[in-house]
Amino acid sequence: MSDRNKSLSRLREGPSLASRASGMGEAQLITRRRLLGAGVLGAGGLVLSGCDRLNESPGLRSLLESAEGLHMRSQRLITGRDALAREFSEGDMSPTFRANGNREVADNAYRQHLAQGFTQWSLTVGGLVSRPLALPLAMLMAMSQREQITRHDCVEGWSAIGKWQGPQLSRVLDLAGLRPQARYIVFHCADRFGTTPYYESIDLVDALHPQTILAWRMNGQPLPEAHGAPLRLRVERQLGYKHAKYVMRIEARATLAGLYGGKGGYWEDSNAYQWYAGI
Amino acid sequence: MNKAGAEADAEGLKGGDLVRRHRLSTRVWHWVNAVTVIVMLMSGLMIFNAHPRLYWGEYGANADPAWLEIGGTRAGQGMLRIGGLTIETTGVLGVWTDGEGVVRRRAFPGWATIPSKYNLADARIWHLAFAWVLALGLLLYLLWSLVNGHVRRDLHITRGEWRPSRIWHDLKEHAGLRFPTGSAALRYNILQKLAYAGVIFVLLPVMILTGLAMSPGMNASWPLLTEIWGGRQSARSIHFIAAFGLVAFAVVHILMVVLAGPINEIRSMVTGWYRLPKERAG
Repeated sequence: MSDRNKSLSRLREGPSLASRASGMGEAQLITRRRLLGAGVLGAGGLVLSGCDRLNESPGLRSLLESAEGLHMRSQRLITGRDALAREFSEGDMSPTFRANGNREVADNAYRQHLAQGFTQWSLTVGGLVSRPLALPLAMLMAMSQREQITRHDCVEGWSAIGKWQGPQLSRVLDLAGLRPQARYIVFHCADRFGTTPYYESIDLVDALHPQTILAWRMNGQPLPEAHGAPLRLRVERQLGYKHAKYVMRIEARATLAGLYGGKGGYWEDSNAYQWYAGI
Repeated sequence: MNKAGAEADAEGLKGGDLVRRHRLSTRVWHWVNAVTVIVMLMSGLMIFNAHPRLYWGEYGANADPAWLEIGGTRAGQGMLRIGGLTIETTGVLGVWTDGEGVVRRRAFPGWATIPSKYNLADARIWHLAFAWVLALGLLLYLLWSLVNGHVRRDLHITRGEWRPSRIWHDLKEHAGLRFPTGSAALRYNILQKLAYAGVIFVLLPVMILTGLAMSPGMNASWPLLTEIWGGRQSARSIHFIAAFGLVAFAVVHILMVVLAGPINEIRSMVTGWYRLPKERAG
């Protein structure tokens, strides 16, 4: 008997050993083996359609989605509320910074402001504030500025490093005077997906964070339209979709309930993306 | 009888004896982890589909050079490109037909992803929830295995086992499908130890750490966690490579279970009881 045959015969021994243990004969074994094979294939199919069905199950979904709160609390526990995202040097910057989401705004008033270099435009700050404001771009540019070179991480998986400049959001909120009930800051944007305007929200931990700025300058140039002119939120410890572009109006709110779908952002409401995007 | 693993060695057991092989902690973790790794892999492949390119360094997007890319040509062929090597993968990667007969231009096919249709938000919900099960499960299992001596008794590789001649011998025995019999089958050989220790101490921790390294929140907490991999995009690449290391392990692992006698092997991982393989005649 060649080595190959020997090993083959041992191969056959394996299962028959087990079948003897459970008192089964050779004929039954083959049936069982076939059954097992069919079972594995069937189970594979079941797993596949099963996962999709489980994905639609409200109970399981809410269990899986509850991990979001765990992410936020655990990250804030170990991070500390003021920990800074890493800042880079000019040599680390991406040669090309990919523009994502909406790259153009169709709205007529927006196009007119764009043509005028946003000289007649102003940012509206309202909601739960003591002094509702309309801040012209020139005023935002004249406020004390923060410049940061940070890495932008898209939820899709890509990253780009760019330089951003603008006033800290906390300064703007100080000017308006947040009322004590305010818990969330909502950004209303000029771009639309279909008929729905883009919107995003963050809580005060991120709103008052030193790196959270309203950027009007990117890589040393006024923010281009594709990247959200005239103003884009930078909230560096979260994923790209939180960084609202084309910010027109800032609203302080006590709750996200009543804001469109109630989950706090366009992608959160339309596609079950998580509101806390630190991971 | 609650002797487990190598402890039972000294008691003169022979082929055909039924012995208690795997502890409850090992069995529970094995199956929880098996389900978790499958969910992580399938939801991870869906997440990869959102941007089917891999880079080295801190940044990387469409304009930057990718070392790995899965995509399709205009002519409708699926392509996998690794460095300078391009492989046509039509039907499996890049361009494939879904269950309803629709041709899809995504990297990994629907049968390999959770959910089966393109949905990044849902894949992330699965992936990031099961990440907790993976990480906490591994942590508890490791701690418990240190406490109960599983690591020291069954996984620890002795100096003698590192001898090249010994490794070569075990390699030949495995390649010839001559698996240990009798009480020798109770002990893991060097190849098994390397495979199991490689998964528990290297691949799974690398998966978890590179996963955390991609989180912008964690990046602010522990910048080193990202920097040790050479940047976020490097961490993403290593995450992908280690995932396929786990796939390779699973393939060999399942193959070995089938070759060694699947019913006995699976029973031992379900109930703990294992029948020692009979000594070979001659």
